[in-house]
Amino acid sequence: MAETVASRLSATGTANALELRGVSRFFGALAALQDITMTVAPGERRAVLGSNGAGKTTLFNCITGDFPPTAGSIRLFGEDVTEFPPYERIRRGLRRTYQISLLFTGLSVEDNVYLACRGVSRGRFSLLRPRRDDALVTTARDLIEAVHLTPARETLVANLSYGQQRQLEIALALAGAPRFILFDEPAAGLSPTERRELIEILTSLPDHIGYMIIEHDMDVALRVAEKVTMMHNGKIFKEGLPQEIEEDEEVQQLYLGGGHGGH
Amino acid sequence: MAVTDEREAFQSPWWDVSRIPLHLFVVGVVLLIIPLIANDFIVRQIFSYAFILGTIALSLMFLAGYGNMVSLVQMTVAGVAAYMTAIFGTSAIDTISLGWPWWVAVPLAIIVATIFGTLSGALAVRTEGIYTIMITLAIAAAMFYLVRQNYTLFNGFSGLNQVNAPVFWGVNWRDPAPFYYLSLLIAALAYGLVRYVSRAPFGLALQGVRDNARRMAALGFNVTAHRIAAYAFASFIAGTAGVLLVWLNGQVSPGTIAVGPAIDILIIAVVGGISHPIGPFLGAILYVLLRTFALDVLVSLGLSGERFQLLIGLGFLAVVFFSSDGLLGLWSRFRERARRDPVTGERREE
Repeated sequence: MAETVASRLSATGTANALELRGVSRFFGALAALQDITMTVAPGERRAVLGSNGAGKTTLFNCITGDFPPTAGSIRLFGEDVTEFPPYERIRRGLRRTYQISLLFTGLSVEDNVYLACRGVSRGRFSLLRPRRDDALVTTARDLIEAVHLTPARETLVANLSYGQQRQLEIALALAGAPRFILFDEPAAGLSPTERRELIEILTSLPDHIGYMIIEHDMDVALRVAEKVTMMHNGKIFKEGLPQEIEEDEEVQQLYLGGGHGGH
Repeated sequence: MAVTDEREAFQSPWWDVSRIPLHLFVVGVVLLIIPLIANDFIVRQIFSYAFILGTIALSLMFLAGYGNMVSLVQMTVAGVAAYMTAIFGTSAIDTISLGWPWWVAVPLAIIVATIFGTLSGALAVRTEGIYTIMITLAIAAAMFYLVRQNYTLFNGFSGLNQVNAPVFWGVNWRDPAPFYYLSLLIAALAYGLVRYVSRAPFGLALQGVRDNARRMAALGFNVTAHRIAAYAFASFIAGTAGVLLVWLNGQVSPGTIAVGPAIDILIIAVVGGISHPIGPFLGAILYVLLRTFALDVLVSLGLSGERFQLLIGLGFLAVVFFSSDGLLGLWSRFRERARRDPVTGERREE
């Protein structure tokens, strides 16, 4: 697309964090996403619910550019990023975590977080080792502290426990200056204690950081989100406040499998 | 390991040799006195040759060990540097050689080789695994046929001969001892450079790409650009070694960059071990020793000397059979065993 920079950037500074227009994604004949149109305001926390195969992760992959959408446009903070490779979107403040931990297993915890900090700053190709007082090293250590991994700082990621890997996933997403984060089932497989810790980390994020969270656990989702989007069969099924969604009968029929929905 | 090496904080002047670990110190001293105790053949054809092959294999180790990119084009990159040294500098074929002084010809040769390697990398990086091997092998084979059939630039089948190391600072660098020190210096510098860069952002990011390319992109890294840059870095090392190679042999011909030698580099790196930069040098020493003495061993056993390739193959097979990480893997297994108590199998306190 031969658009000018000016037309890609919206005129006002109050652009939506995320704006999807008619986004579709086909895998062959299978429509994983169909005509998704949604907007997320800056700083807004949004939960995405839906059964398996509803297209939630595909939606994330389209937003980050892991898979480009088949049709439609994606604007990030007012800028059309539809044609951008993933790293360009990341450099504009988008972050994500993965459902299955995608970490650098051959490197230590600190190296992992350091790379995440380095990815959105200059000097990605630097042949010079960082000095001991390098600002990014300090930042990386602070992030490790923030996700309670300091004791495992030097440990190879391959040797971390599952819970620790999930914590590291979050540290990687918080590196740099994130403005909008996509959390893909961050609570999956966590113990109740770890779950509480996660909710605390999410709710205590600075106000300007918005996020979208895929979560199967309705309780977690409703506690960390201000607004909920229900997906079904690759389409948006319902959108609304947590309260409304929770009480919606159609949603209960669909998502909670009828019988369990009546509490 | 941490991003910053805490040991670097050790405050002592750089000339203080007492901070060098003992085993490194011994290896260093032995390497320095070899020209004094060994004959010219050993110095040139064993050690200098092994340093050069080791450096070329090191460039492959950098790509394969840190970047998971098995490139068969490294010998070709070295060969391009060798050809360019002969073409820009002097050789017996004065209709082709431009006769420029070595301090112009050598940097130019390395630059051309680096560009060649970078372009090859740019073709190869969009593929992974076996396809990278196939593409780089195709480039190596194509280059071999090009230099064999082209007479105007590469002098075809016979190649370019009488390419000699220069004389400067009052030293004839062609003599065995000076050439030994030159190749030792280049090998040591290349080794140190690779070790240093492996902990710098560029090297760390390359290891990140190796472990998970998709996640690297999701952290803001341009994975393709990073891989191509790794080829450029490795090609610079291979190219530098290529200049030494043409000086050692005194000539360069299509045989230098045939598919056989290209695969030999892979064998050297794998047999030595690609998990650490020292591996390729161990592999190169073993390779050169086997190549040089396999024939004599067979003859002394009363067997036909023609079977020496078989002995080389068996030697490599034995190493790879017992260790997935080559000689390095054998060594670390041995050390691990020595550390454990022979009765209980528990790790001993040191």
